[in-house]
Amino acid sequence: METLESLIENFSFLESWEDKYQYLIDLGEHLEPLPDNLKTDAFKVAGCQSEVWLVPSCENKKFSFKADSDAIMVKGIISILLIIYDQKDLFEIKNIEVQKIFAKLGLEEHLSPSRRNGMLSMVEKIRFYAAQFEKNV
Amino acid sequence: MFLVDDIRKDFPVFSDLKDGKELVYLDTAASAQKPKCVIDKICEVYTHSYANVHRGTYALADEITKAYEDARQIIADFINAKTSSEIVFTRNATESINLVAASWGVENLKKGDTVLVSEAEHHANLVPWQIVAQKTGAELKIFKIDDNGAFNEEKFDQALTPDVKLVAVTAMSNVLGSVFPIKKITTRAHQIGAKVLIDACQAVVHQKMDVSDIDCDFLAFSGHKLYGPTGIGVLYAKSDILQTMPPYQTGGDMVDTVTYLKTTYAPAPARFEAGTPAAVQAIGLGEAVKYLLQIGFENIKSHEDNLISYFYQKAQKTQGLKIIGTAQDKGGVFAFDFNGIHPQDLAFVLAHENIAIRIGHHCAEPLVKRMGYNSLARASFGLYTSKNDIDAFFKALDKAKRFF
Repeated sequence: METLESLIENFSFLESWEDKYQYLIDLGEHLEPLPDNLKTDAFKVAGCQSEVWLVPSCENKKFSFKADSDAIMVKGIISILLIIYDQKDLFEIKNIEVQKIFAKLGLEEHLSPSRRNGMLSMVEKIRFYAAQFEKNV
Repeated sequence: MFLVDDIRKDFPVFSDLKDGKELVYLDTAASAQKPKCVIDKICEVYTHSYANVHRGTYALADEITKAYEDARQIIADFINAKTSSEIVFTRNATESINLVAASWGVENLKKGDTVLVSEAEHHANLVPWQIVAQKTGAELKIFKIDDNGAFNEEKFDQALTPDVKLVAVTAMSNVLGSVFPIKKITTRAHQIGAKVLIDACQAVVHQKMDVSDIDCDFLAFSGHKLYGPTGIGVLYAKSDILQTMPPYQTGGDMVDTVTYLKTTYAPAPARFEAGTPAAVQAIGLGEAVKYLLQIGFENIKSHEDNLISYFYQKAQKTQGLKIIGTAQDKGGVFAFDFNGIHPQDLAFVLAHENIAIRIGHHCAEPLVKRMGYNSLARASFGLYTSKNDIDAFFKALDKAKRFF
């Protein structure tokens, strides 16, 4: 799995949007698929233009997520989000400035609140899951 | 015929470039761009003629009230209504249909009655009837269309049983582009005593609607798809029906006399326009209609027919492109699948080429599912759409293919 640092470095070499998209697609193609039995309505993220499922898990107060989509570029964005939010605790999840990270990657358009492609819904869902887990512990 | 280059000059948005690229706007079925005359009219009213309508006793108030009522007359003439009092201004077609559902529907439908709609309805002409059915105990029935999206006369006739009290149907599908024979539908429905509501949102932009000829009881459309402002819609209803309908919303300007305990209502259309109306938007819509009439609907139609056959020509040469909705009688709306590429993925690439298309379920989720998809991409034309736009679209598809 790539680290956030290596992602930022890799994206910094890509100048054209075409190259960035190609890299996102490559990331999407390498995203581990979610087993079909987890692609249920319960794990669906509402508000996306494509089908997105997000499954949380928590160990020692550190969260990690698995996710999938039927759109390949969305899978690419998902794989970045999973790297950003991997092995983080609730405090970190709350405070990660994900839009700033996407701006660094040159992908800010994908997390723009005005684009209703639902990528922000995924971030909100991650925060929601983390808060719910914390409450139940 | 008109020259599309001249038309494009009427729309200021096309002189804007994004990263040096011209806008290729293929989303007119969602909302149309605005001609300068409409934009100027709105500016002019707000600048020089603005006051509340129907309330003031001074020159400005008279001026805007007259302009508002003139706009109502323009709309009445445009769809050939008998009088302007058959025209209710609403926020949009959605509100127009909700008004009929909540007022006429709740008052007139009961258990044992049926509302008949097609498989091709926009949510706006489906969900209000679901609600009315729940409230009144009436049943909601869906009649099937052909797999290519065409209206199927036989299936409609079968579904048109004596219990049907209302047929609510689109004149043109916003996903498939199929044009429905609304005059025939109306005649058949009237033969069994059912009322007819036409959702003319898409159709009104592409062809001349004549409510006296169609003889429908209700007709709804939005201003923003008709090159007019947002926030203004139209409900046409036959006078004898409209005058018997109870109010939908209550408040100012829709009343006759009010005491603390009891109110009598103004006659229609005022009865259905509670509160300060979107007068400037109505006037803007009137201006948009004048603009379209000046161009001429025969010209608009032949321009669109040219674009449709050009699109089909290009599509035939494009491997992996499947058009969803290929009815013989079709407007300039093309939902499509391209090599199974997810519409969201496609939209990412097209957006970078400054090409605007719509993706998703197009507010017609049951229809998209019925056609076998969860999500579809859609390209739709307006009177400013050029062959260059279509070329750019196909070039971008080709580019997308290299990505996915």
